[in-house]
Amino acid sequence: MNIDFGTTEKVIGIDLGTTNSLAAFLDLTGPKIIPGADGDKLVPSVVSISPSGEVVVGNAARELLITQPGRTVYSVKRLMGRGLDDIQEELKLFPFHLASGSESVLQLQIGDRTYTPPEISALILRQLKQNAEAYFGEPVSKAVITVPAYFNDAQRQATKDAGRIAGLEVLRLVNEPTAASLAYGLDKRENGTIAVYDLGGGTFDISILKLHDGIFEVLATNGDTHLGGDDIDNLLLRIALEDVQGEWGEDLAGDSEGVQRVRRAVIQAKERLSFVPFTDISLEYRGNKYQREIQRELFDKLIAPIVDRTLGPCRDCIKDAGVTPEQIDEVVMVGGSTRIPLVRTAVENLFRSKPHTELNPDEVVALGAAVQAAILSGDVADKLLLDVTPLSLGIETMGGVVSKLIHRNSTIPASATESFTTGVDGQRNVLIHVVQGERELVKDNRSLARFDLKDIDPMPAGLARIEVRFLIDANGILNVTARDLRTGKEHSIDVKPSYGLTDEQVEKMIQESFEKAEQDFQERQVREARVEADTILAAVEKARRHDAYFELSDDERSAMDRAINELLLVYHSEDHHLILNKNEQLNQVTMKLAENMMNTAVRGALKGTKI
Amino acid sequence: MSANRTCWQCAQSIGASLFCPHCKSLQPPPSGYYTLFGLDRKLNLNTNELQQRFYDLSRQLHPDRFMRKSEAERQYSLDASSILNDAYRALKDPVKRAQYVLSQEGFEIGEQRSKDVPPELLEEVFELNMALEEMRSGDDSARPQLESAQNNFTNTLNEVDRQLEAQFRTYDESSNREVLTRIRGTLNRRKYIQNLLDEVQDQLAVGAQ
Repeated sequence: MNIDFGTTEKVIGIDLGTTNSLAAFLDLTGPKIIPGADGDKLVPSVVSISPSGEVVVGNAARELLITQPGRTVYSVKRLMGRGLDDIQEELKLFPFHLASGSESVLQLQIGDRTYTPPEISALILRQLKQNAEAYFGEPVSKAVITVPAYFNDAQRQATKDAGRIAGLEVLRLVNEPTAASLAYGLDKRENGTIAVYDLGGGTFDISILKLHDGIFEVLATNGDTHLGGDDIDNLLLRIALEDVQGEWGEDLAGDSEGVQRVRRAVIQAKERLSFVPFTDISLEYRGNKYQREIQRELFDKLIAPIVDRTLGPCRDCIKDAGVTPEQIDEVVMVGGSTRIPLVRTAVENLFRSKPHTELNPDEVVALGAAVQAAILSGDVADKLLLDVTPLSLGIETMGGVVSKLIHRNSTIPASATESFTTGVDGQRNVLIHVVQGERELVKDNRSLARFDLKDIDPMPAGLARIEVRFLIDANGILNVTARDLRTGKEHSIDVKPSYGLTDEQVEKMIQESFEKAEQDFQERQVREARVEADTILAAVEKARRHDAYFELSDDERSAMDRAINELLLVYHSEDHHLILNKNEQLNQVTMKLAENMMNTAVRGALKGTKI
Repeated sequence: MSANRTCWQCAQSIGASLFCPHCKSLQPPPSGYYTLFGLDRKLNLNTNELQQRFYDLSRQLHPDRFMRKSEAERQYSLDASSILNDAYRALKDPVKRAQYVLSQEGFEIGEQRSKDVPPELLEEVFELNMALEEMRSGDDSARPQLESAQNNFTNTLNEVDRQLEAQFRTYDESSNREVLTRIRGTLNRRKYIQNLLDEVQDQLAVGAQ
């Protein structure tokens, strides 16, 4: 790989996962994960918001999930870009509390405030941004964020909105399996055909790519945005809750804390079963004990239907890619759920080769995102991703039938143009309904948006000619422009997204969070200035007992005392410039003392040596 | 493409190039598929060469390469790479490629009307429809007949493809519009057979479940 680091601002890569999120960047030695303040590379995608509005994200929030289940949100990715109808399953299994008014845009109720899913995701992103800023010691404002390859337009848009709310310019959304292939291709292979099987916490993707001298060309992709480790957890949870009820005679289903404790116990058991043939599901709650042995054999039998659901998309993907399983050189496993032995066996049987598991399935997506970030900032020039759109794009025609304009698995950017006219004399508007999906009828596909061609000059039916260009950009997001063919001018177009936030709503959230982010950044700078002050003050304190201190003049010593006092005066102020200024001043006046100490040290070291 | 194009950025003459030879900025892309690929308009193409050109052009035109460039160049890059991708999809497939050339030459290539049965297939299609009907009503005894139809139509399809290839060569040598008319006829026939074959295969798949 050729890396040429310019002086430009760092762009980070972010894997915004259902269960865990990570940030990474590329340096001269390769892509690296940026650890959080607690030293952990994985930031659990859990957000807890206290009654006073303080936000806790990550491991600490995961602890609060047990004690503050009503104020803590997990797996919010499952709600991104979704409507009320889509999430009925989620509502049964997850402790999401929807606020009224969720019919148009989903709103989660936390205490007396409501949050949209992009706002919650933004809090996770903001944490990752802060981790990166602390790591680099400089502001970070640009990122590449990964999304499941099978995410539709609304889900992608919601992710981009989350980035903007978090104060990040999202340079690119990259599909998770594609990002993984970039990390893999960097490490293991330059040419050939590979499949990436990505089973994460909440989503499943399969992508087949051709690698060709630095070009990563996606041939086909498929998946299910409602399938992942969460489903296994919920299945085990249901069984365990029933079992607990049988033993304790108590139904925990309505007790959020109890449910979260059982949930944690089954997740831990699930994770252990990837490495041992049997384990215990055990918990203690309010003086009651529960313990149940579970064999891997039974576990496999229970989860087999879930694992089987990944195989259909795999077969379709192989077919769409125009390859046979034998032509696939390697299968790369991504996502924590691919640690499960049954998943590995199923993949091995389908692709007839042993899957690659040597890369850390939790980290590989973020590492790939970091490589893509470096490609976009121009630091890596010999790699290029050519991705595809996972779903066909079409418009509604007569009788609720879909006319396909851009087919699934088309390399993006992709475009199509279509001419529209009026059907009645004097008609002023043409409404275009855009849908995503593979089915024939509009009602079986996903409504994406309605575009209104307004202010058409009144004229006899059929005379107006408006050419509409549908363009799916490199993020997989639709852009629509219209041109009046008679005048050659751009025609105005009104967009009504079927799901998700309007631009104005996002702007407002950005404004709110920007103020918050400013404040956070400010606070952190103050904290850092104080840490620096602490270091200097401690060093000076120690030096006072040193011989060199007594070699100073009275003036020098009183200048030092003054500088110390002045620093202590501003130490508790909220202005980091002031603190840094006084730090510097104290540094200056103690310079001579430091030199003297150094000289004494040198003299000491030279003592006894012959020159 | 006209040879007297000038650069939007530095106003110097740029000929037919995608990038200005003087200031290196990306120019508004041509919309013609063959022009963008820098290829003569031939119906027979070497697909390996086409792929190599696609990769080379992708490296030059993809939006990833223009992240830090001006707004105008970013827009041209988006336009250019979307045309490039559309062009590659069309040109790498012989049928789509021929359809593209036909439409560029002013031929209407509307939907094939399903009533227009190619005369030489009339009898075969009639029998096939009977068999399909039986299968649909749950009578599996028509399976062998469908299977043999599947073989027959696959062979016919291969034959049509060979015919198409020969017609492509004739056109590439002569640029004769009459050949294009014949090609359109062959494409319609091919479409018809393909639809039949799809129907048979779907029915066999349903029946097998």
